[in-house]
Amino acid sequence: MASQSRTAAIVGMYEWPKRLDRDVSAMQIKAASIAKALEDAGLKWSDVDGLYDANDGEGGGGLGLAPYLGLRPTVIDTTAVGGSAYEFQTAHALADIASGKCNVAVLSYGSKAASQRIPIGTGGASAASNWQSNMENPYGHTLVSSYAMVASRHMHQYGSTPEQLAEIAVTTRYHAMRNPQAVQAMNDLQFQGVSEVSIEDVLESRMIADPLHLLECCMVSDGGGALVIASADVARNTRKKPVWIIGSGQATKYRENKGDITTSAAAQSAPIAFGEAQVRPDEIDIAMIYDSFTITVAVMLEDLGFCKKGEFGDFVAGGRLRFDRPGALALNTDGGGLSSNHPGMRGLFLLLEATRQLRGESTAQVPGARLAVAHGNGGYLGHTHCGGTIILAAD
Amino acid sequence: MPNRPMPVFPEPDTQAFWEAAKRHELTYQQCNSCRGVVFTPRAHCTACGSLDLATKVSRGEGEVYTYSVVRQNRNPSFADLGAYAVAYIDLDEGFRMLSNVVGVNDPTKDVHCGQRVRVEWETQESGDYPIPVFRPI
Ligand SMILES: [Zn+2]
Repeated sequence: MASQSRTAAIVGMYEWPKRLDRDVSAMQIKAASIAKALEDAGLKWSDVDGLYDANDGEGGGGLGLAPYLGLRPTVIDTTAVGGSAYEFQTAHALADIASGKCNVAVLSYGSKAASQRIPIGTGGASAASNWQSNMENPYGHTLVSSYAMVASRHMHQYGSTPEQLAEIAVTTRYHAMRNPQAVQAMNDLQFQGVSEVSIEDVLESRMIADPLHLLECCMVSDGGGALVIASADVARNTRKKPVWIIGSGQATKYRENKGDITTSAAAQSAPIAFGEAQVRPDEIDIAMIYDSFTITVAVMLEDLGFCKKGEFGDFVAGGRLRFDRPGALALNTDGGGLSSNHPGMRGLFLLLEATRQLRGESTAQVPGARLAVAHGNGGYLGHTHCGGTIILAAD
Repeated sequence: MPNRPMPVFPEPDTQAFWEAAKRHELTYQQCNSCRGVVFTPRAHCTACGSLDLATKVSRGEGEVYTYSVVRQNRNPSFADLGAYAVAYIDLDEGFRMLSNVVGVNDPTKDVHCGQRVRVEWETQESGDYPIPVFRPI
């Protein structure tokens, strides 16, 4: 492992604790999270010289965020690829730090999706037209049905079952019930029954878009957070132990004539990331995978190389991916988008929980966790999406 | 009568497709340089970048590649429809198109991957363009 990169590390992090928060703006969530993440690292506001933003919040982005914060960064990156933006930005921060362009990079996110009642998954009128919308708007396709189409085809092509998909939601809820912020989130967002769930519970929940049930869909919450990435020199003196960024990969996948909808961008991004990190999927302790829906995780477990294509069902069966089951990786140990938070772009939280695990700070801690994968997905899985893979290591 | 959202113009890539729809012609493009099939409509070939594309009329038959049955849509045009099937249709000429599968008793039971379907043109309550949808053969 001595050859693994030790160029840049996650040294500070903060997750906004509330998932329904009417009294703050998204920009306030971002600024306060950055302040808390710098405090976590033992760094100062004025140490920040790299600012990465997904153009979220009210007037953020490369133009808006620096003046709001009052910073003068020497690297300004506005990579906006939906929920995968934070994995892309982490890769960019690693490269910028490696080339000496900056030493302390900050990523942030803030969203008011729940309190503003944004209908993320189930449509809404759209008036503007473009090359895609004119071919799609007449048909009433929703975000959920886009993911559901992947599930239908996966079942047809590989014989996977609703029970196998439901297991992912069961495992995620098992983890969420150990995370006080996730429990608070489910209470605040008025989940029916804040408790562990069974496969039957998932399959008996309301169908949203066949074959995906309510408990297979992520919540819509407020939230946000921040991440501080620093050079090896800076990381030597930070408060917490560094979590090294040892591999990254990026890809996009979109609807194509004769394309295979059951394979995601992760099939392209993961081999690049694992190659760079010089580790194998079977060495990974923690998998933080964007769980917009159960099918998202199913496809990505396969595409990340944890199991063969079409075989996620056996890989997840019987609670195998719970944090307290030795012998297999642990999946989405914070409770994920299904049961902890999903303000629209979940990619940041994947990196936050992976960092907690590698520091030993998770509420569903895997003893001695040393290697983690965060795979973010932005866009619509069955339509057009970007995938970003980040591999992290503790010393 | 259905009252679906209409395509909105001007939109240079898709205008010709919808003008052909008025004649009940389902059109796609083929590259004169590499013979690649292009869909959805564009002014360039997505395989080779050529700007020399021919417009062709499909026979309108193909099979369901995949589908989902939407139970909840907040858009007023679809809110009262009840469950309806959205699908990707693989047309026999080699292009894949988003549409709806119609004309089945129960979309939650009567639509499946691999099902053969044929295009039909659904007249709308308002708007200039009939919408191509697919019915099992
Ligand atoms: Zn061509």
